[in-house]
This record gives sequence, C-alpha cells and structure tokens, in this order.
Amino acid sequence: MLQDIPHGFYFILSGILFTIGAIGAITRRNAIVIFMCIELMLNAVNLAFITAGNALSSMDGAVFVFFIMTVAAVEAAVGLAIFITIFRLKGTINADEVNLLKG
Amino acid sequence: MADYIWLIPFFPAVGFLINGLSCNKTSKTFVSWVACGALFFSFLVSAAIFVNFLQLPAEGRIFEKDVFDWIVSGELAVRMGFKIDALSVIMCLVVTGVGFLIHVYSVGYMHDDPGFTRYFTYLNLFVFMMLLLVTGNNLLLMFVGWEGVGLCSYLLIGFWYEKDSASNAGKKAFIVNRIGDFGFLLGIFLLFVSLGTQGVWTLKFSEIQPNAHLLSVPLATAITMLFFVGAVGKSAQIPLYVWLPDAMEGPTPVSSLIHAATMVTAGVYMIARLNFLYSMAPDTLFVVALIGALTAIFAASIGFAQYDIKKVLAYSTISQLGYMFVGVGVGAYAAGIFHLMTHAFFKGLLFLGAGSVMHAMSGELDMRNMGGLRKKIPITYWTFFIACLAIAGIPGLSGFFSKDEILWKAFSSPHGHPGIWLLGTVAAGMTAFYMFRLLFRTFFGECRASDEVKHHIHESPKIMTVPLIILAALSIAGGYLGVPHILGGGNRIERFLEPVLGPPQHAVATRDMSITASAWASVGAEEAAGGGSLELILMATSVLIGLFGIYLAYLFYVKNPELPKRFTERFRSLYRVVNHKYYVDEFYEAIFVRGLLKVGGGLMRVVDDGMIEGSVNGTGSLMKRMGGIIRLIETGYVQAYAFGIIVGAIFVAGYLIMKPIM
Repeated sequence: MLQDIPHGFYFILSGILFTIGAIGAITRRNAIVIFMCIELMLNAVNLAFITAGNALSSMDGAVFVFFIMTVAAVEAAVGLAIFITIFRLKGTINADEVNLLKG
Repeated sequence: MADYIWLIPFFPAVGFLINGLSCNKTSKTFVSWVACGALFFSFLVSAAIFVNFLQLPAEGRIFEKDVFDWIVSGELAVRMGFKIDALSVIMCLVVTGVGFLIHVYSVGYMHDDPGFTRYFTYLNLFVFMMLLLVTGNNLLLMFVGWEGVGLCSYLLIGFWYEKDSASNAGKKAFIVNRIGDFGFLLGIFLLFVSLGTQGVWTLKFSEIQPNAHLLSVPLATAITMLFFVGAVGKSAQIPLYVWLPDAMEGPTPVSSLIHAATMVTAGVYMIARLNFLYSMAPDTLFVVALIGALTAIFAASIGFAQYDIKKVLAYSTISQLGYMFVGVGVGAYAAGIFHLMTHAFFKGLLFLGAGSVMHAMSGELDMRNMGGLRKKIPITYWTFFIACLAIAGIPGLSGFFSKDEILWKAFSSPHGHPGIWLLGTVAAGMTAFYMFRLLFRTFFGECRASDEVKHHIHESPKIMTVPLIILAALSIAGGYLGVPHILGGGNRIERFLEPVLGPPQHAVATRDMSITASAWASVGAEEAAGGGSLELILMATSVLIGLFGIYLAYLFYVKNPELPKRFTERFRSLYRVVNHKYYVDEFYEAIFVRGLLKVGGGLMRVVDDGMIEGSVNGTGSLMKRMGGIIRLIETGYVQAYAFGIIVGAIFVAGYLIMKPIM
C-alpha cells in the first residue's frame, strides 16, 4: 500500500522528475515542450510538498500545493497567450529563434 | 569723523554700480554727472577729514573703524576696516582730487565714444579700488585694492578692444602685474606666518607695527623684498616696467589717471605704509633705492629716442617713479610721498595736455608730424609748458621742491649714497632734455602736419581746458607744501606725515663725507651752517643740470633742427638701440614669452594630452573593452538564462547541503 512506501522514495522520485523537467526546459527548443517541462518541475515540487506534509503530519504541505496548482493554471493561461503572440510576430515558437532580449 | 571714512570708497562704488547696471539706457549727461559726482563727494569727505586733521594734535590724526567681519577662520580674522591717517588722507586727496579733474576732462574727451558708459563705469571702479587700497586698515584689504586696480588697468588699457594692439597691451599689463602681485602675496603670507608663530596672528597695520620688532632682520629683509617685488610690478620699475609704455593704448585720460597719477604710485604708497618694516631692513632699502635710481636713468634715456608723445610721457613716468623709489629707498618716505603728489599734478597735466594735442591733431601722436601748435592751441601750450618746467625741476615749481628733497635725502640720509644722488641728478638733466624736446617738437617750429589735419586744429572745449588750468595751478603751487628748511620753508608735508612715517632721518656721517660730517653731525640749528651750504650747492647743481638739458633741447630742436639728424647719423647703432628701447621687449619675448610658450606647449602635450586626457579616455576605453567581453554572456536566449539560474540554484543548494557536513 501507499503507506508502506518510505517517504525517501517519494523524495527521490520528486528529485528525478524535477531534474528531468529542468534538463528538458534547458535543452528542448520547442516552447510548448519547454512549457510542459516547467509543469513537470512544478508537479515534482508538489509531490515533495505533499510528502513532507504527510511525513510531518501537517496540512501546510497541502496548502502549498493548492497555491502552486493555482499559479500553474494561471501560468499556463498567460504562457499560452504569450506563445500565440510570439507566433504571430515571428512565425515560430522555436526558442532558438526568439532572442529579442539580446542587447 | 571716524564714522564717515568708509564713505570715501563708498561713493565711487555707488557710481560704479549705478552706471554699470544702467545697461547703456541712461543719457550721457546722467552718466557723467553720476561718475563725476561720486568722485566729487569722495573728495569732499577726504577734504573734510583733512581739515579735521589740521585741527587735531599730531598724535590724534588717525581714524580707524572696522565696519564688519569679512573672513573669520581660526586664528585668522580679517575685518573690513578703514583707516585714515596723515599718509592715507594725502593719498585720498590726490586720488579723488586729480581723479575728479580727470573725470571731468574725460567727459569732454570721450564724448563721442560709443563706450561712454562703460568707460565711466570702469573709471569709477578703478577709483573705488584705489581708495580701498589706500584706506584699508589691513594687508588683505590692501591686496584687494591692489588687484582691483590691476584689473581696472587691464579693462581700461584694452578699452578699445577691437584693436589688437590694445587688447594685447591689456593682457601684457595684467600678466606682468601678476608677476609682481605674486611677490606681494608671498610677502603677506610670510609676514602673517612669521608674526603668527610669535603669537601675533594679524594682518592689521596697527597691530603689525608694534609687533614688528619680533621679526629678525633677515626675515624682515625677506618680507620687504617680496613686497618690493609687488611694488616693482605695480609701479613699473626695472625689470617689470615693460607694461607701462604699452599701456598707452588706452584712452589718454586713463593714461593720465591710472598710469601716471594714481595706480602706479601704489608701490610707493605701500612702502611708505610699511615703512617700519623697511626701516628694519637696510639691505632692502638699498635695493629699492638702487633699482629706483637705475630705473630713473634708464627710462629717461629711452625717452630720448621716442617719437610718440604718449610713449615719451610713459617713459618719463617710469623714470619719475624711479625717483619716488629713490626717496623711499633712502628712508625719506615723506619725500617720496611728496614727489608722488607733485608728480600726480604735473604728470596728470602732461597726459591731459597730450590728450588735448591729440584732440586738436585728429588723433595724431607722432611728434614728427606736429610742430608750431603754440599759437593754435594756446591754453594747452601754456599748461603743458608749466608742467614741463615743473618736471624739469625749475625753481619755484612743484617738481623742483620734491625732486630736490629726494636728491638731497639720497645724498645725506644714512641709507643714501652719493652714487645714487649722481644717478638721480643726471636723470634730472635727461628729464629736462627729453621733456623740452617733446615741447619744442610739438609746439615750436613749422607745422609738419598734413593740410587736412592742419585745417582742423582747434583748441579743446572748456570742459577739457579747465581741468588743465587747475592742474597747472596745482603744479605750481603744490610744491609750496614742502619747501625745505634751507629755503626758509617749514617742509610742512614732512611734518604732517611725521606721525606715520617717523621723524625725518637727518644727515649723519656717511662713508664718503666724513670730513664735512663733523660740521653738520647734529641737525637743527647747525644745519644752516654746514649741511645747509652743501644742500644749496647740490640744489644748484641739479638746477643747472636741468637748465643745461633744456638748453641742449633748445639747441637741438629750435635753433638748429638739422643737428639731431646729424647726431643720429653719427651714432646710428646707438640710436637704433635706444629707439628700440634697448631691445628689452624683444629679449623678454625671446626668453620668457617664447620659453613659457614652449614649456606650456610641452606640458600640454605631456601632461594634458598624455596624462589627463589619456587617463580619461583610458577609463572609457577600458570600460568599453571589458563590456565587450562580458556582453558575450548575454545571448538573448531565455534558456541560457534559465540554465544560469539553475546552475546558481544548484550551487546554493549544494552549499546549504554540504555546510552541516563540512
């Protein structure tokens, strides 16, 4: 059962998911994929919070998770809007071709 | 009375402000009334103080008042304070009196000049500064006036600044004066510090004098020499006299007021004011007298070969200033001041006369193109003639009394020397010669002007001739203030100045006169016997030399006009050297001006271009290059930044994790 799995495994899983997300966010070029990787990272963090809350018998972890999920939803909305705008502007959402920040 | 002394410099300052701030909006009549009125009121106050002085006992003839604190900083406390004593009241009377006459004259002379208002503004500022110089009760205030008159001199020499020669002459005067001022400033510092280390931090004359004995003789010599450097610059003595002849580029009344009657005498006044210091330093006194005597004879010799009448008068001024320095240099401060006063009268008159001649001759200055003006402009001629007699030292006129007083003191004073007397006497003869050369060439003989100029010759208007007449009267009468004892006079000016300048230093045995010395070692009653006859002999000598000079000039320029030509042909090379003023200007130009320009150019290249500009530009280009390297990091790719953030986060996390372990 779930209760039988030690907390450490949850943390390790969370770390693996976060690393995958981070590497993906850095290396992938498609903005949508990057976005998905960021979601992965957020959820890895959610997992860590939940686990920690469970381990400490506290509701704080769950409260954090709710907040993060809300932020993630908002981020998804805003982020997709930005992508659409960039696509209209540049005709692509390839991150390599969007370097307007360069001075 | 003491409450009113600040009014003396106050009036010209007000005149300066009114005319200066009126922005040429006021009429010429208004401007001239303001300017002349300011001087007139100043003169009235000075005269009132003078009259008041005469009613007071000799010891009471001093008014001093601090008006407000000017600079207070630690031990140094300088107050804006004015002081009037016998010395400064005479200076005030001369400055405001002669200044007033010259202002009035200027109203006529400058009438058609577009810079009329500017001219009177400067002139009032000048008088204000000069009065500050003579009435200030501390050295710093004196220095302010000292610099102020230098500034006004610059402004007025370069008055017609459209002319290159005028603006260059202004610059020259200012720079040469600065050299002297530098010495003066160093003198103030040295005096202040050396008295201060003895516990007396002061710049006030009245506090320096009782403490002067704290100074050692070498220190006093150093201080007085530094002050004398200032006087050499301001009063145009060797080697800094070169600016004065060039100063003739200014309007003629300016030459008269600044470069003959008042400003250039500031050096003499300063030495007389600090007489207690100078008396402590016999070496300095000797240098002062020697420089004075050499300047007197040197400048007079240049006057022989100049054709520009203002230039002749300029060299004459230098030469006469030399006399004043002989006077103060032999410890006869009163005689120096006396000559200062009479010189202000007759030299002011000579310059105004020259201005009147220029006025008549449509601006002509070269005496070769003049002649025969005697009949055409009689008032100018007669007043000019009186001034020439006065400066030549003809008995009965003011120059005679003051010049002979100086020469006699040069011979007899303990600081004097017969050699200095000899130089002075020869210079007196030369003075008579070149002045009458000027007079004869200008007013006698055939008129050599072009017909057009000749047609225009006319006497100046009343506003110009009346000051001439008053100055001529003063040139005659001024001398009777100082008739020496030997001629039955009381030498009133010397006695009047006694509280300030100390008792006259009478003849005591000096080196070469030990034989006669015993006869007149003690002064007073016996003076009439031994020293008296010697004084008369010396007096007669200088008068005879003066008359001889006049006769020579008569011979050369009236009786036998061909003589000078033959003379110059005979001594062609000598003549050329003198005509070129001994090439001193060229020498200074080659050594100092070019040298300084070279040094300045070198410094500009090495220090300015190399070091300063290099370091400024270097800082800029260093930043640019560093930026060029660092900006490679900024790729503009969001992922690159995210990578940076993650790496950073890993480092921070790693640190936090490893910290408890390590």
